[in-house]
Amino acid sequence: MTQFNEMYLGQGQSQSVRSPYARLQDWVAAMPQELRSLKQAEAEALFRRIGITFAVYGEGGDPDRLIPFDMFPRVFAAAEWAKLEKGIKQRARALNAFLVDVYGRGEIIRAGRIPARLVYQNEAYEKAVAGFVPPKGVYSHIVGVDIVRTGPDEFFVLEDNCRTPSGVSYMLESREIMMRMFPDLFRNNRIEPVDGYSEKLRRTLASVAPKKCKGEPTVVILTPGHFNSAYYEHSLLADLMGVELVEGQDLFVDGEYCWMRTTEGPRRVDVIYRRIDDAYLDPLCFRPDSMLGIPGLMDVYRSGGVSICSAPGAGVADDKAVYTYVPEMVRFYLGEEPILKNVPTWQCGKSDDLKYVLDQLPELVVKEVHGSGGYGMLVGPKCSREEVERFRAKIVENPGNYIAQPTLALSSVPTFVEEGVAPRHVDLRPYCLVGERIELVPGGLTRVALKEGSLVVNSSQGGGVKDTWVLAE
Amino acid sequence: MLSRTADNLYWIARYMERADTIARLLEVGSRISLLPSAHGYRSEWDSLLQASGLADAFAKKYGDPVQRNIESFLFFDHDNPSSVASCFKAARENGRIVRTALTSQVWDALNTAFQELKALERAERSTLELGRLTDWVMRHAAMVRGAIDATLLRNDGFNFLNVGYYLERGDNTARLMDVKYYVLLPRVDFVGSGLDNYQWTTLLRAMGAQRAFHSAYGGAVTAAKIADFLILNTQSPRSLATCSAGLVNHLTRVAKAYGRETVAQEQARALLAEVEGTTVDAIFEEGLHEYLTRYIRDAADLALAINDAYLSGEMR
Repeated sequence: MTQFNEMYLGQGQSQSVRSPYARLQDWVAAMPQELRSLKQAEAEALFRRIGITFAVYGEGGDPDRLIPFDMFPRVFAAAEWAKLEKGIKQRARALNAFLVDVYGRGEIIRAGRIPARLVYQNEAYEKAVAGFVPPKGVYSHIVGVDIVRTGPDEFFVLEDNCRTPSGVSYMLESREIMMRMFPDLFRNNRIEPVDGYSEKLRRTLASVAPKKCKGEPTVVILTPGHFNSAYYEHSLLADLMGVELVEGQDLFVDGEYCWMRTTEGPRRVDVIYRRIDDAYLDPLCFRPDSMLGIPGLMDVYRSGGVSICSAPGAGVADDKAVYTYVPEMVRFYLGEEPILKNVPTWQCGKSDDLKYVLDQLPELVVKEVHGSGGYGMLVGPKCSREEVERFRAKIVENPGNYIAQPTLALSSVPTFVEEGVAPRHVDLRPYCLVGERIELVPGGLTRVALKEGSLVVNSSQGGGVKDTWVLAE
Repeated sequence: MLSRTADNLYWIARYMERADTIARLLEVGSRISLLPSAHGYRSEWDSLLQASGLADAFAKKYGDPVQRNIESFLFFDHDNPSSVASCFKAARENGRIVRTALTSQVWDALNTAFQELKALERAERSTLELGRLTDWVMRHAAMVRGAIDATLLRNDGFNFLNVGYYLERGDNTARLMDVKYYVLLPRVDFVGSGLDNYQWTTLLRAMGAQRAFHSAYGGAVTAAKIADFLILNTQSPRSLATCSAGLVNHLTRVAKAYGRETVAQEQARALLAEVEGTTVDAIFEEGLHEYLTRYIRDAADLALAINDAYLSGEMR
């Protein structure tokens, strides 16, 4: 399997540096080993000082663990980004059109373009919001599209995140730290800024204020609390947008509105950017056993007293089984051809697909339909025979729970490793904002698999992050 | 401001101030323990535990009051919610929750103290002298306080932080004095003796107030002068008068900003009036211990009123 190193064209003697990386070549050549170690230590100290840490679910240990940061940036030329941007925005539009449709008349299902069962029997389908159209017809206000690259012009969407994609704080902080440590790099390269993200996010959220809200809407971020692994991100975004960071206990419903408890008495809340799951929004509606959530919130939501972002029910669009049909959505709702391709996907729930998957198992990547974070997946070529066989048994037991994809030759980017600089595999998560307008800041989160040869970039599995540059024209 | 945010800010201040007091208490203890002890004394260390209100918890876990165990208990023990380690951890945790209401300098000061604490906890205990530890605590408490004063907006959050500081400080001053007068001194006939004065001086030293005291009063150290200094003197930064005035000041600013008075302002003014309206003679007539106990109780009532009015979020 030949893999694409984003810094180079060609192989061996005829190898040349691709133009977006031209100046980085000189930069890395001029950096002696000692300086590099010094800078790496400085970056780590900065991350720790600003408190950007990451708790790994289920691993215990240090709750203040850092995500490893790699100083070698990942670079896109303006033209490359322009294409990605068009493709991402197209996808975000289609996903939202799909959500409005499946909670409305379900035209795409009537037209036979997607099986009814996949939608209506999906765990993420919220019957409680059927028939409700959120303000501006937007369900998913922040769409995180995970993209991998296999060649100069080959991009694939790995999955969509329509609920509450995390990681944007790493995009923002990686840039801050790089600018602080290597100002010359930014003087010599024309790099598009990403710090407009928070203002765009605030505008996006304000633009979907509920119809009962007159005047400037009050926006809040709803967090599960400071024990959550993404708490730093929640508080950073609240800070950058100048909005309150609330927990469920800070909110209550009274009359037709949702209020927060303040030192001056109750204050009305118009837009809630929630970073918690649907199930914990309202115990009266979803989980009567839950102590979390705001009783009565869904009634206020449905009567237009408050907006919730992403809208409850948005998760049905980013399910791994529904993913297969996103290109179909683009064609159906927008009448366009998808700009970004899907990775070919076999659904183990279909008997033909299952047969193929079981035959080719050592060559495939298999994931749980509802899994995330790189847990419970099989990377066939990287696993021993025993591991593959163990996974085979799991698939046979519950085929509908799995999808399979070919093992892609993920692109790599030069990365600082112990021995110097070496290629490591990367992916990309840009954050598309959908409100009155659709916007995308030029950049995103580049995750890198730090282990040699590894294809798993999840931070919970030893992945790191890089600054992602988009060069100006 | 969110009630919960105000609550977190208030507790950052209380925990930092409490850690500072515990460090000072340890300092008092170690100095007094250098005195030759005479028959019939209660253990000085035991008295410290009594003063901090932690004697029962200590006895349950460690038994006899041995200096090293007391140091562990008051400094490192996470089972003791008032230990320096617990306080620094809780202050930092509260700070982490309200990062957005703090400046990066304040956060940095809180976080640095916590990170250094973790390093100390890993260090070999025999390498850690008590003097170094108490200095370290006071330095970090001062750094947090300094960052707050130098960088925070003078908004309601700043006022709630200060309310926390003054409540805790007043309570702590009262308790530290109470140790001295009621607990440390075993017999009434020691009052005015050389030993008595040594203990008072140590107390002043622990409060970092020895020089200030001498420049303000001069001459011999007497119980009356010290009571005046630590209770009534408005120049003394830790006196009950200063703390009560600070409470009135910051609560009044809150009321003004919100355009609404609550019972908390009323109670704070009453607390201040009580201190302003008394004299050293009147205090000693009532009994110093009785007077201090009353102050501690009134301040606790005020804390409850502040909680109900602002921090609990129940106000409609």
